[in-house]
Amino acid sequence: VSATPEIPKEDGRPKWDNKFQYILSCIGFAVGLGNVWRFPYLCQIHGGGAFLIPYFIALLFEGIPLLHLELALGQCLRKGSIGAWNTISPYLGGVGAGSWVVSVLVSLYYNTVLTWVMWYFINSFQEPLPWSVCPLNQNRTGFNEECDQSTAVNYFWYRKTLNITPDIAESGTLQWWLILCLATCWAIVYLCTIRGIETTGKAIYVTAIFPYLVLTIFLIQGLTLPGATDGLIYLFTPNLNTLKNPRVWLDAATQIFFSLSLAFGGLIAFASYNPTKNDCEKDAVTVAIVNSMTSLYASIPVFSVLGFKATTAYWDCLDRNIISIINEFDLPEESIMRQNYTSWIDFLNSSYPEKIAGLRLKSCNLQEFLDQSVSGTGLAFIVFTQAIILMPGSQAWAILFFVMLFSLGLSSMFGNIEGVFTPLLELRIISKSVPKELLSGIICLISFLIALCFTLRSGSYWIDIFDRYAGSVPLLVIAFFEVIGVAYIYKIKRFSKDVEGMTGRKLNLYWHITWKFISPLLLLIVFMAFVTLQMQKPPSYTAWNPKYEGFPMKEEKVYPPWVQAICVLLAALPCVCVPLVALFHLVKQKRRSKDPSFVPPEVFSCQGDN
Amino acid sequence: MLRALLLTLSVVAIAHAELCKPDAQNAFKVRISIKTALGDNAYAWDANEEYLFKAMVAFAMRRYSSKSTTQISNVLLCNVTDRVSFWFVVTDSSKNVTTVPGSEVEAAIRMNRNRINSAFLLNDKTLQFLKITSTLSPPVEPSAPVWLIVFGVVLCLVVAGIVFLIVSGIQKHKKKNKESTERENLEEKVEVTLENGIPCEVLDLKAGHINGVFAADDERFTPL
Repeated sequence: VSATPEIPKEDGRPKWDNKFQYILSCIGFAVGLGNVWRFPYLCQIHGGGAFLIPYFIALLFEGIPLLHLELALGQCLRKGSIGAWNTISPYLGGVGAGSWVVSVLVSLYYNTVLTWVMWYFINSFQEPLPWSVCPLNQNRTGFNEECDQSTAVNYFWYRKTLNITPDIAESGTLQWWLILCLATCWAIVYLCTIRGIETTGKAIYVTAIFPYLVLTIFLIQGLTLPGATDGLIYLFTPNLNTLKNPRVWLDAATQIFFSLSLAFGGLIAFASYNPTKNDCEKDAVTVAIVNSMTSLYASIPVFSVLGFKATTAYWDCLDRNIISIINEFDLPEESIMRQNYTSWIDFLNSSYPEKIAGLRLKSCNLQEFLDQSVSGTGLAFIVFTQAIILMPGSQAWAILFFVMLFSLGLSSMFGNIEGVFTPLLELRIISKSVPKELLSGIICLISFLIALCFTLRSGSYWIDIFDRYAGSVPLLVIAFFEVIGVAYIYKIKRFSKDVEGMTGRKLNLYWHITWKFISPLLLLIVFMAFVTLQMQKPPSYTAWNPKYEGFPMKEEKVYPPWVQAICVLLAALPCVCVPLVALFHLVKQKRRSKDPSFVPPEVFSCQGDN
Repeated sequence: MLRALLLTLSVVAIAHAELCKPDAQNAFKVRISIKTALGDNAYAWDANEEYLFKAMVAFAMRRYSSKSTTQISNVLLCNVTDRVSFWFVVTDSSKNVTTVPGSEVEAAIRMNRNRINSAFLLNDKTLQFLKITSTLSPPVEPSAPVWLIVFGVVLCLVVAGIVFLIVSGIQKHKKKNKESTERENLEEKVEVTLENGIPCEVLDLKAGHINGVFAADDERFTPL
C-alpha cells in the first residue's frame, strides 16, 4: 500500500517561471554600466593584461564566496534581506535594514544616469547628431564661445544636457527636459517591476540578452575601424610592474565587489523566489564567471573604438600642422603627407627655424592620445559619442549604443528595486489587501519625486557624491557583517548542513575556508585601505566652469562643509543600522527576560520543514 | 612708335606692380585648395582659371555698385604661388592708378560669395579670402524638435503598457474574488455534511473524488 503522497508546501510566494529566468536576472543585475565603463578603464590604467591577475584572485577569494553566500541565504530562508537577517538572528536585522537603505539610495541616483542615457537616445534620431556641431553665436559670425573653446561633444553634455553650474553650492533650477526623461525612466521601471518578478522575469529576457547582441555588433564594427588594433594592443599589453602598486590590488578588489552587486539585498531577494532544492553553488559560480567574461568581452569593442578615436585625433593633429606649414610656405597641396611629415618637419626646422617656431605647431603623439583615459559618464557621453560621429551611419550606432546602455542599466535597476520591494512586502506594516501594483507604483512615484533634485543644474555633482559615498563604503561594511554573521553567529556547520540539503552534496573545503577566514579578512583590509585613501586628502570634485582660466580643463574644488556632512551621512546611514538594530534588540531582550511568561524563540533551520 | 608703346606698357606694368603686391593697401590674399575640395576631379590652376577669377571679381563689383564700369582688366592678380595663393586688387578705371577701397571690395565679395564659390566648385573653406569673414549659414532647424517627437512615442508606448498591465491585474483580481466568494458560499451551505473533510455537495458536483488508498489497491489485482 503506498502512502499518501507528500503535498508540497504552497506558501503563496511568487516563483520564477524557470531556472533560466532566475540566472538571467542575477546576471542582468550583476552586469551593469560598470562592466562597460569602469572595467576597461581600470585595465588601461593598471597595466593592461596584468590587471587580470589581481582581478581573478579577487574574484576567487572574495567575489564568488560572497555571491554564493547571498544566494544560498536567500534560497534557504525564502525571505527578502530584512526578513532573512531577522531570521538568522534578531541582532543581525540591521544588516538587512542597511542593505535596504543602500538599495533605496542607489535606485534614486542610478535611474538618473539612465535618464541621461534616454536623453541622448532620443536625440540620436537627428541628422546631423546634435553633439557633432557647435551652435552659432548671437551675430552668426562664429561659433558659441563655450563650445568653441572646448568641443561640441563637451558642450552638448555640460550645457545642453546637464546645464551644469560652476559650483555645487549653486543649485540652479530644475531642467524640464531632464524631468520629462526622468518621468519616462521611472515609468519604464514601473512598467517592468509592476508585479515584482512576474513582470521583471519577462522583461529580463530582452534587457539581459540585448546588450550582448549590441556588444557583438560593436565588436565587429570596432575591429574594422582604423586604429582599432592600436587601441587593443595598448589595452592588453601587460605591464607587470604595476602589480607592485597596492592601489591596483585595491581597485581589483573593489571592482569585483561592486561589479557583482553584492550586499544590496537584491540577490537575496532573487534567490528567495527559488525552490529550496536548487543548486545555488553552481548558480553562484556561473553568475560570477559570466559577469567577469562580460567585462572582458565589453572591453574589446570599447578599446577598439578608443583606439580609433585616438588615431583619428592624431591624424587631425597632423593634418592641422600640415595645413599650417603649407599655408605658411606656400607649398603645393598634398606635398606633405602624414607619412613624410616628420622628414619635412626636420628639413624645414633646419632651414627656417624661426618660421616654424612662429607657427606654434602642436606636437602630435599617438601615445598621448591613447593615454587619455576616461571612465564613467565621461567615457559614454563624451569620448564614445565623439567616436560615433566619426563612424559612417552615426545615427544607427548612436541609437544602438544608447539602447544597450539603457538595457544594461535597466536590468541592474530591477535588482535594486527588488531589493527595496521584497522586504517591504514581507514587513507586517503593509497589509495583505494592498495590491502589488499599488505598492510598486508608490515606490516608483516617491523615488521619482526625490530624484527630481538630481535634475537640478548641480545634479551631476550630487550623483557623483551618491556614487562615491552611498554606493561604496556601506556595501563593504554590510558585506563584512554578512560573512561574519553567517560564519560565526549562525555558525558555519549549521549553514553547511543547510546548503548540503539544498544542493545535495557536501560543502567543499574551499567554501569553508573562504567564508570563515579569507573573505572577512579581505573585506576588512579593503575597507580600511579604502577609507584610508579617502581620508588622505579633503574630498574634492572637478567642476565645469567656463570662466576658469584653465578652461576647458575642469576646475578642482573642495566640497563645502555642509556637503561634506551630507557625504558622511550618506556613508554612515546604512552602516549605522547594524549597531542600532542590535542595540534595540538587546534592550528588548533585557526587558523581556524580566517577564516570567517569556518563551525563547525557536531555533530556525533551513531544512527543518521535513 | 614701338618705343612709345613699350614705354606705356612698362609704365602700366610698373604701376600695376605698385598697386598689386603682398600687403598692399586694399589688396586681399586668396588661398585656394582645389585638391582638398575635389580630390580626383581636381582641375589645374592655370591662366584660364585666373581669367575666370578676374571675371568673377569684376562681376561682383558690378553687381555691388551697379555701375557697369568695372572691367576684367581692372582686377590685378600677383604673386601666384604653387599653393595656390595670390593677391589681388581692383583698380578704379575712372580715377587713374588708384585702387577701389578695401571695404567696397569686401562688401562686394561677401554679397556674391556663393556665386564665386560655385563658379570654382569650391566652398568658403577651400576658396578663402583672408581678411573677409564669411557669414556662417544658420543650422537647419526642423519644424518640431525631433527629440520631442521620439520622446512622445516612447512615453505613449510605456503608458499604454502600464495601463494594460493594471487593467489585466484588476480583472484577474476580480475573477479571483468572484471564485473565492462562490467557494465561500458553497462551504457555508455545506457546513453540516462533511465526509473525510470533503463536502458532499462538491462530491456530487464533481462526479466523485478518487480516494488514493483504494485507487492504489487496484493494482494488486491481476489484470484480465
